Amino acid sequence: MTWKQVFTSSVGKKLVMGFTGIFLILFLVIHVSLNACIWANDGGKMFNAGAHFMGANVVPRILEIGLFAGLILHIIQGLMLELSNRSKRGIAYASDYGNRGSKWYSRSMGILGTLILLFLILHMSDFWFPNRAHQNFVLGEEIDLYAKMKETFSVLWVVIVYVLGCLSLGYHLAHGFQSAFRTLGVHNKRYNQMLTSIGYGFSVIITLAFAMMPLSFYLGWLN
Amino acid sequence: MKFDLNNDKLYRMEHYNMNLTVKVWRQKNSKDKGGFVSYPVNNISSEMSFLEMIDVLNEKLIVEGGEPIAFDHDCREGICGNCSLYINGKPHGPWKANTTCQLHMRAFKDGDTIVVEPWRAGAFPVIKDLMVDRSAFDRIIQAGGYISVNTGNAVDGNSLPINKDLADASFAAAMCIGCGACVAACKNSSAMLFLSAKVSHLALLPQGEPERKSRVMNMVAQMDKEGFGACTNTGACEATCPKEISITNIARLNKEYLFAGLTSDK
Repeated sequence: MTWKQVFTSSVGKKLVMGFTGIFLILFLVIHVSLNACIWANDGGKMFNAGAHFMGANVVPRILEIGLFAGLILHIIQGLMLELSNRSKRGIAYASDYGNRGSKWYSRSMGILGTLILLFLILHMSDFWFPNRAHQNFVLGEEIDLYAKMKETFSVLWVVIVYVLGCLSLGYHLAHGFQSAFRTLGVHNKRYNQMLTSIGYGFSVIITLAFAMMPLSFYLGWLN
Repeated sequence: MKFDLNNDKLYRMEHYNMNLTVKVWRQKNSKDKGGFVSYPVNNISSEMSFLEMIDVLNEKLIVEGGEPIAFDHDCREGICGNCSLYINGKPHGPWKANTTCQLHMRAFKDGDTIVVEPWRAGAFPVIKDLMVDRSAFDRIIQAGGYISVNTGNAVDGNSLPINKDLADASFAAAMCIGCGACVAACKNSSAMLFLSAKVSHLALLPQGEPERKSRVMNMVAQMDKEGFGACTNTGACEATCPKEISITNIARLNKEYLFAGLTSDK
């Protein structure tokens, strides 16, 4: 069995989703930790210092390429799996099994993922792209990202879209976190229970932390 | 009808008769488009099994000169895996850990309309009415769900020590009767619960060890070839399985697959 065969079967494709999913979860931990520096309430000094390290240092910039690779793989593989899975039923049932056997968000990973993708396009065009363009896509001078956040999150509809984007991410993680570990073969019942609980906790913390960022600016909680 | 353990109407034991409307999927053959037909079924005893209710309906149809409804059944004891039917939106009907043949009419009340559909999956094409072709499962088993040794005479039970927990887990996986309810319930029409039960059953025992890697690889390849979907761990299969096969088996299958994929020589 070739490596290609291993990772292109239905189980292999799921393994790719699980590996990239956990990689993206690790990225979220770094992203939320760094962004939490806005709550130092020092006019953005600490946050901009962290953002400067991530944007102007060669190591995080190289890691950023890996992040994009993982993200794109997760998105493309996820969309292809969703489309493939949807084609397997043939004729739809007249009466729906619904929520009796599974949670709605576990059945909606494709839709939630698509909402996150749309949110990501908006999010990156708000921050990542203008900043990198200002750097000429090399390690040049950055824009004041704290000021950019303040400006962006002064508009109500933008704040609402960001909060909804965070909610989509939260529900995606509520299933995705524990599902990724199951996909990678964790079958010990004690570990599965623990990972499910940690997954729910992680989803709530990530959702609240990210959602509070635009709200903090909009509601004037920051200097 | 919503499944509810605390709803005494689903479980009440006193005898009563009921009049029902049964909305059944009728399809002449695999090429026919098919559609729902509603039949009134009167004076049904609450002590009948669901299949007996269809027997009564079929007798009436035959007397009236119509075509009886085709459906799969064999042992009618809940152990053969032959009966199917997607009843009111759930494989094997509203009761938990139950096959259609063991579903009794006390699960319904007078005046109910019951919607009966065949398993829906591209890999399970409808043969006629409520019968589907589940030979895809047979071909998955043929791809690796066996042990290639001559077992000879029965050996002493203690000659091969096996950890009790592993033996129990293997037996729990071996409980799978291959009915296909997992595929019917899964939004992706995935056969992963069935496959994982068959792989786990043998992977947990020393007898299954020599073919451990080739078994999981070949069975997954056959499952994909048959046109089943991929698993997304929603748990709908576990919730509907008449033998309560755990999705823990799916995680074990994933581990077996990853291990075989990373270490196989071939």
